[in-house]
Amino acid sequence: MRIQRIELFETETKTKKEKNIDLSLLDKVIEKYKNKKGSTIPLLQATQQIFGYIPREAFHYISKHTGIKLSELYGVATFYAQFRLNPVGKHIVKVCHGTACHVQGANVISESILEALQIKDGETTPDGFYTVESVACLGCCSLAPVIMIDEEVYGKLTGKTAVNIIKEIQLKENN
Amino acid sequence: MKHTKVLVGLASCGIAAGANKVYDKIEALKNNEKLPFELTKTGCIGMCYREPLVEVIDPTGSYLYGEVDEVKITEIIEKHIKGGEPVKEYIIKTDLFENVDDSYWKNQTKIALRNCGVINPEDIEEYETYGGYQAIKKLLQQNTSPEQVIQTIIDSGLRGRGGGGFPTGMKWKFAYQSKSDQKYVICNADEGDPGAFMDRSLLEGDPHSVLEGMTIAAYAIGATEGVIYCRAEYPLAIKRLNIAIEQARKKGYLGKNIFDKEGWNFDIYVKEGAGAFVCGEETALMASVEGKRGMPRKRPPFPAVSGLWKKPTNINNVETYANVPYIILNGAESYNKYGTEKSKGTKVFALTGKIKRGGLVEVPMGISINDVIFKLGGGIQNDKKFKAVQLGGPSGGCIPEYLANIPIDYESITATGAIMGSGGMVVMDETTCMVDIARFFLDFTQKESCGKCTFCRIGTKRLLEILTRICEGDGQEGDIETLEMLSQQIKDNSLCGLGQTAPNPVLTTIKYFRHEYEAHIRDKKCPAKSCKKLITYTIIKEKCTGCTVCAKNCPVNAISGERKQVHFIDQNVCIKCGVCFTKCKFEAINLS
Repeated sequence: MRIQRIELFETETKTKKEKNIDLSLLDKVIEKYKNKKGSTIPLLQATQQIFGYIPREAFHYISKHTGIKLSELYGVATFYAQFRLNPVGKHIVKVCHGTACHVQGANVISESILEALQIKDGETTPDGFYTVESVACLGCCSLAPVIMIDEEVYGKLTGKTAVNIIKEIQLKENN
Repeated sequence: MKHTKVLVGLASCGIAAGANKVYDKIEALKNNEKLPFELTKTGCIGMCYREPLVEVIDPTGSYLYGEVDEVKITEIIEKHIKGGEPVKEYIIKTDLFENVDDSYWKNQTKIALRNCGVINPEDIEEYETYGGYQAIKKLLQQNTSPEQVIQTIIDSGLRGRGGGGFPTGMKWKFAYQSKSDQKYVICNADEGDPGAFMDRSLLEGDPHSVLEGMTIAAYAIGATEGVIYCRAEYPLAIKRLNIAIEQARKKGYLGKNIFDKEGWNFDIYVKEGAGAFVCGEETALMASVEGKRGMPRKRPPFPAVSGLWKKPTNINNVETYANVPYIILNGAESYNKYGTEKSKGTKVFALTGKIKRGGLVEVPMGISINDVIFKLGGGIQNDKKFKAVQLGGPSGGCIPEYLANIPIDYESITATGAIMGSGGMVVMDETTCMVDIARFFLDFTQKESCGKCTFCRIGTKRLLEILTRICEGDGQEGDIETLEMLSQQIKDNSLCGLGQTAPNPVLTTIKYFRHEYEAHIRDKKCPAKSCKKLITYTIIKEKCTGCTVCAKNCPVNAISGERKQVHFIDQNVCIKCGVCFTKCKFEAINLS
C-alpha cells in the first residue's frame, strides 16, 4: 500500500540529519517547469537527478518558488516508487522480482546479497557503498534471475555468482 | 565481401547479455582492418534465449549467429566475412539449411514486430525503406475520410492489445464523435506487468511504427497532441523514442502543417512514468500525465468524452498502435485473415519462465497454448513436467496443463478465469508452488494498490496475510473458503481494473490446484517442494564423498566439512536455495 511508503519515509527522515544542501541548484529546474501545467512529476524527477533523492528542504524550496502546495508535492513523491526521500549509497543494486525471476529463484538472490552485505531490503550499507532494493520487473525476463547495478544488468545468476559480482565491484573500487 | 551487412541485436536483453561488447569488437575489427561491410544496430530479434545475436547478410543469404561473444565474433569475421565461409556451428537460423531452432520461427506471424530486429530503430530512413510512413501518406494522397479510416480499423477486428480487448475502431469512433476544440491521443507504454516486455521491445526495436500509428489515430479522431506515457524503468525505450520523434519532426511528419497538409498540426511528446503499476489503468494514467497522484476515477465519463485535461482522449497501448500502419497500408483483410471469429490478427507474447526457448514471439490468434510452449518454446527446461502457464500477470491467472490445448483468443482464455492480458506468458513446471505464485502476485497488487477503494486496499492485504500463513505451514481449516469469499468481495467493490482483477491469481489457483492448498493446510507439506518453511535440505551421510562442491557453491556458507569428510548443513543459516541439491553429483542431498 502506498500508505506504507509514507510511514517508512517519515520514520527514516526523522532519524537522519541531512547534510548541507545547495538548494540554488534547483533554480534552473524551477525556471524550466514553472507555470507549465502537469509538471509536478518532471520537477521532482529533476530534483532527484540533482541530489540522488529529494531532500526535505527541497520540498519547501520548490513549493515556495512554484506555488505548488507542499502537500501536493509530498503526496506525489510518496505515491510513486521512483522517488526517494533518503540519501542512497554510491551504487544501487536492484534485484528483480518480476514473475519470471521469482519462478527462477529471485528470493535466493536477494537473501544471498543481503546476507553478504549484512543489511535489510531497501537499506544502505554503513559505508554508503551499496543500497539494495527489490524492484518489480526490469524486463529482461529471459535472463532471469537478474540484478541491475546502477545501469548494468547481470543475468542468469545464482546466489553465489550474485554475491561474487557485488564483492568484485567493491574490491575493484577499494583498490 | 561486397554488400555484406552485419546487424547486432541491441535491445535491453541483448545489452544485458553483452551485445554492446560484441558490437564494439566488430567495430574495432572493421576499423582496424578497414573491412568494407556495413555495421548496424537493430532492435530485439526475438530469440532472447540465444542473446547476444548477430546477423550477417551477404550475397549468398542471411545467417543468424547466437550466443556470440568477443572470441566467437573474431572467428566469424575471420572465416565468414573475410573468408566467405559461414561458421556453421554457431549459426542458429538461415534459409539455406535446417537448424534445430527452426520451429521457433515457423509458427510465428510477424505484423506488430515486422521491423523489430530488421531495421535500425535510430534511423528513420530505414523505417521508410521498409514501408514506413507509407500508410499515413496513402491516407492523405487518397484523401481518405476519418470515417473510412475508423471503418478500416473496425473491419480489421483489431482489439486493444493492452489486455482489455476492447475493439480499437470503436474506441476511435467514440473519440471522433466527441466535439471539442482539442483532442488527445495517448500511447500507454506503462508496461508494469512483471514478466512482460513486449512493449519495451517494440519501442526499442521499432519506435516509428508506434509514432505512425498514433499519427493515424490523430488523423482519424482529429487530435492535435499525442503523449507517450512510458515507464521510467525503460531508459533505452525513452531514448530511442525521443530520437525517433526528433527525426520525424525534422522530416515534417510531426509538428505544424505536417505531411505538407495545410493546417494539420500534430506533435507527440514522451512523459516518463515514476513507478506505479496502477498508472497502466487509463484514468490513473491521465491523472499521472497531469502531474497528480495516479489514482483512477469513476467511468463514465469515458476518456473518449472527457479524458486528459477534460478533453476527448483516445488511449491505446503500444502494440495496438504498431499494428495500425500495417492495417491501413495493406487493408483490413490482410489483418483479419488471421485469427478466430472474434479475435483477429496476431498477438505478441513474452515467453518466459521454465521454458527452453524464451523470447519475444508473435503468433496468429487461435494457436493453442500447447503449440506456443512446445512447438515454439521447445518444451520445459531440463525436461521437467509442465504444470501451468500464467497469463495476464497480476490481473490474470494460471491455466493448468490439461487446459493448455485451448486456442489463444480473448473468449477462450477468459473462460478459464485468466485473461489475455498484455502478453506475459510465464511457464511453470512441477517445482513451482501454485500457492506461492498466488502469494507472489498478491504481494505485488497489495503494494501497488493506490488505496482509494477499501476492499482493494485492505482486502488484498488480508488475502496476502492468509496466503503467507498457508505458505509458512500455519494455514487453518476454512482458509480456502475465506480466500474465495474475500476475493469475490474485492472484485465486486473495486473501482478500477487493478482491484477487480487482483484476486484472479488466487481464484484460478484454487480452482485448478485446490489440492496444493489442502496439502499446505492439512499436511503442512508443499507438493512442489518450494515453500521454504516447509522444506529442509540435509546431507545423506552414506552418499557424501566430501567433494566440497556444495560448500563452495553455498551462497551463505551454511555447509561445513573437511575435504573427503561427510559434510553438514547448518539449518539455522541455510536459506534453502537448493544450490547444493542441484550441484551435488552424488545425489547426497536430501530434500524433504
